[in-house]
Amino acid sequence: MLLWRIGRHLLSIAGIVLLGGLISATLVRFAPGFDTDEHQFDPHLSAESVRALQESRSGEHNVLRYYTSYLQGALHGDLGVSHALGQPVRTLLRDRWPVTLKVAGIGLLMGWLLATALAFAVSLTRFAAYEILGTTVSGAFLCIPAAVLALLSVIFNAPGYLAIAFIVFPKIYRYTRNLLAKAYGMPHITAARARGLGELRILFWHVLPVAGPQMIALAGITVSIALGASIPVESLCGLPGIGQLAWQAALARDLPLLVNLTALVTLVTLLANSSADVIVYMVRSREA
Amino acid sequence: MNAARTLACAVMLIVCAASLAAPWLASAGYAKQFREAPGSPPSRQHLLGTDEIGRDRFARVLYGTRISLLLAPAAALISTLLAALVGGLAGYLGGAWLRLATGLTDLFLSLPWLFLLITVRAILPLNVSPVFSVMITFLILGLLGWAASARVLCTSAQSLRSSDFVVQARASGLHGSRLFFVHVLPNLKPVLYAQFWISIPVFILSEANLGILGLGVAEPLPSWGSLLRELEGLVSFREEPWRLVPLLLLIVVMTSFQMLLSKEEVAV
Repeated sequence: MLLWRIGRHLLSIAGIVLLGGLISATLVRFAPGFDTDEHQFDPHLSAESVRALQESRSGEHNVLRYYTSYLQGALHGDLGVSHALGQPVRTLLRDRWPVTLKVAGIGLLMGWLLATALAFAVSLTRFAAYEILGTTVSGAFLCIPAAVLALLSVIFNAPGYLAIAFIVFPKIYRYTRNLLAKAYGMPHITAARARGLGELRILFWHVLPVAGPQMIALAGITVSIALGASIPVESLCGLPGIGQLAWQAALARDLPLLVNLTALVTLVTLLANSSADVIVYMVRSREA
Repeated sequence: MNAARTLACAVMLIVCAASLAAPWLASAGYAKQFREAPGSPPSRQHLLGTDEIGRDRFARVLYGTRISLLLAPAAALISTLLAALVGGLAGYLGGAWLRLATGLTDLFLSLPWLFLLITVRAILPLNVSPVFSVMITFLILGLLGWAASARVLCTSAQSLRSSDFVVQARASGLHGSRLFFVHVLPNLKPVLYAQFWISIPVFILSEANLGILGLGVAEPLPSWGSLLRELEGLVSFREEPWRLVPLLLLIVVMTSFQMLLSKEEVAV
């Protein structure tokens, strides 16, 4: 059953990644201005060079043909060459991915630690001061755009992962707080308290089994949020990760890079969500 | 309405009224350059000083607020209508339509939204006019931001499909579009309104992110995103604290939105 579930997830991931790549290629192709290359406006280029530049992109005009040839190349490990940077996309992704993995990974870990610590403190102690602190702080961070948090981290000379931590923190805190509040409001928890069970025992035996699976599902979603946040954070903080690469590719209308980046980030997001689904399934089947 | 909501309403009204009264409140237009005073500190003539090319910051904040606050609801309207069309109809029709809509929303929710957004926004023509850039920015936001609302509407429409009054209407001989428009859609209104209001702050933040990255509203038109871009050159808050006014305004408006939306609506 578990193997079937994993297999089904992998199949749907492959389908969505392929479709996602096709959608991004189509969007780029049909967006107005696709034919305009900034280099064409370079006054140093001759008419012949401009024509050669236009011809070099002629293969991208038919989306299906472009995407089919891209997939054929991808099967052999060739992801194409970046127009703007003049380097193989595979090399660019290989060099940039570890930076994003580190920044987004540490940011996510910090965000989760901060948010869950505060949510558990609020739920366990039930101090009004903690509740007000949590609501105010998470509310304030929800109101600030990710790019502003990145700019603030530059002004305060703080590391980029701190910006990512504060971007994911309010969402994790509010969701976890709501889950814990719901779990603590269940009748069997009141009964357990009436019988004199300690708060920690109630938390580990009665609250976490209820709230845990949904928190694991949230973990998958926060990976997507952190990867999205990596664009402004890496661009503004000058971190050479895939977020910054996506930014450069978007400005340079670099189709091969954009398609690969969209497919890669979609793949990672889906893998994170599917892993969370499988873990939740395993936890629930063990409980049953 | 509790005190916090009343306060939030009052704040929103003041901000909207001030932005609409920009031509009377500001000493100059948003694009007028005072070339003798670039980067000047606040004075009686320029309440928030001038920017690097001598434009009055106060005027730009007022006009920028007008653009962000008027066009985010427009984007929210587009996304809500799309969500109603895809989610509402699929939930009502069921069967293959439902499976198709679920697959489509799953696909859109799985795609990295910000990656798609900057991709589409960045490939506009280089000679795009400022007004066109405003329209296209919010059109893209509306067209790409419908999936989450569609899923909510789909679930609501599904539950309505099997409700007593719809079954009774069907038994009375009402079918097709008439049943949908007369009985289903009016009952989806509360969900549609909620999705519309929830989308507005999301689109305001998205525009701000795009603007800071240089992909939002084109110069010389101001918006909160392009105004926040000025923070990029700031070294410390003590140097020119008046440059933080757009950020404070954004935080105040977003907090007001949070207060106006109920707890259930803003839950992740």
